[in-house]
Amino acid sequence: MHPAPSIIIFTVSSGLGYGLLALTGILTAMDQLPDDHWFGTAAVTLALAAVTLGLISSTLHLGHPERAWRALSQWRSSWLSREGVAALAAFVPGGLLWLMFLLDARGETLRAPLCLASAAFALGTVACTAMIYASLKPIRQWHNPLVLPGYLALALMTGALWLAALASLWPGDARLVIAIALAATALAAAVKLGYWAAIERDRGHSSIESATGLGKGGTVRLFEAPHTSENYLLKEMGFRIARKHARRLRRLALGGGFALPVLLLAAAVAWNVIAPLAAILAAVLGTAGALLERWLFFAEATHTVTLYYGGPG
Amino acid sequence: MTSLPPAQPRQKKLGLVIDLDICVGCHACAVNCKEWNAGGSAGPLTDLMPYGGAPDGVWFNRIHAFETEGEDARTVYFPKSCLHCEDAACVTVCPTGASFKRTEDGIVLVDDELCIGCKLCSWACPYGAREFDTDAGVMRKCTLCVDRIYNETFDPADRVPACVATCPVSARHFGDLGDPQSPVSRLVAERGGYDLLPELGYRPVNKYLPPRSRPKSTCAVEEAASPSTGGKLLQWLDQLLSR
Repeated sequence: MHPAPSIIIFTVSSGLGYGLLALTGILTAMDQLPDDHWFGTAAVTLALAAVTLGLISSTLHLGHPERAWRALSQWRSSWLSREGVAALAAFVPGGLLWLMFLLDARGETLRAPLCLASAAFALGTVACTAMIYASLKPIRQWHNPLVLPGYLALALMTGALWLAALASLWPGDARLVIAIALAATALAAAVKLGYWAAIERDRGHSSIESATGLGKGGTVRLFEAPHTSENYLLKEMGFRIARKHARRLRRLALGGGFALPVLLLAAAVAWNVIAPLAAILAAVLGTAGALLERWLFFAEATHTVTLYYGGPG
Repeated sequence: MTSLPPAQPRQKKLGLVIDLDICVGCHACAVNCKEWNAGGSAGPLTDLMPYGGAPDGVWFNRIHAFETEGEDARTVYFPKSCLHCEDAACVTVCPTGASFKRTEDGIVLVDDELCIGCKLCSWACPYGAREFDTDAGVMRKCTLCVDRIYNETFDPADRVPACVATCPVSARHFGDLGDPQSPVSRLVAERGGYDLLPELGYRPVNKYLPPRSRPKSTCAVEEAASPSTGGKLLQWLDQLLSR
């Protein structure tokens, strides 16, 4: 599948924002973040900015961005529509949480529900994003049970990395938040390793024989393509560059985007003086790793339409 | 509304039956499809650099060619267009309601006034039936010539999709596949018409008729062991000369 930069930036940036919003909500409800309303304000501002950047980027992918509002109408059947509705709905508790921090409002009865509602809407939106891909049967690498956990894990990882970077800049002990980021990064790496192993194992059920119905006597080969130059189908669904470099890029994502941040965060827990530098570097590397992983998620995915062109389907 | 219409008894399912036994791969159906739809209600259908080095554009119908191996090896011409699936995921994934399946005849259409051009429907279609029009910023697809088949200004004989009307060998048939007594349904039953990618469960309405298996060729030139025909005289001569 063609890895469109607008969609990669959208999914990574909004995932980061929702992960950050969810963790800020959960950890605030548990009183585990720096007791300074400016910290909460900074974290939620960063989260909502990342979400907004992602949503704006997603509209760049559209042929008619001015009609984007129409995408809110078909939530009964469409995961993309559900995602749009959830994304807008998440701004309500997220915005109120932001106001609560900004004004340092300490209404105890509303605090926890607002925090948890923000977290629930944030993670719900990420789940909708994942389901857009996981529901597509023609793309076996997406129609996979590990796609939903992968999106959630990467959102939590990138969100936790930036929450840790922020906490390390605040006075006080940031070790708990850093440890959470470390655990989230390790978890995301484990899910991605499992996902890569799964898509290597699962060769899919479709073949050129089932696509054409001509396999009765033996194998089927493409004799002649229907057209002489690339069309929309091949440009969009027949992307091939990645498979040549997939393994090297996976190692790069795993080493630079997951393993290195884990080491940096472990160092930040051990030596408090380097914590801000190490945590910020870990957040930058982890975000770059998430972008590379998301690029691979698209570029490695194959579509059954390529079977009709003699491709791997 | 992008939810699929509820299934009804005796549901009309208009579609195509394509006979792979007799398609000669002439591309006339694709050309007439383009010609009709570029000017019809689905048009214009964008062509980018039609006379350049890498022509690209929207077509509703593409003619692939495959070769099969084995005992019955042959070349098969394989026209492919929208199959108007009963479980059309291209419809249900649409976030705006632009994609829809008509209740009255099962035709899958795109309303280009509502389409936001997100391309998700083209990802959801396993067959590659939808092509994005970069010029108009909307998705395009086969309409089953909805502007021909109900057109009362046409002679009844011409109220068929352009691809069916133009096929010089009658490899394409149009009709109601929801009616088991219709000519197309009987053709499917007689010839063992089948679905493409049945394992994905999209339940396409269009069916393909397989190439007939050929009788073993009697035309091959072989060294005859002894004449089995030709009468007593030839057989006597054969025996004489074989000594």
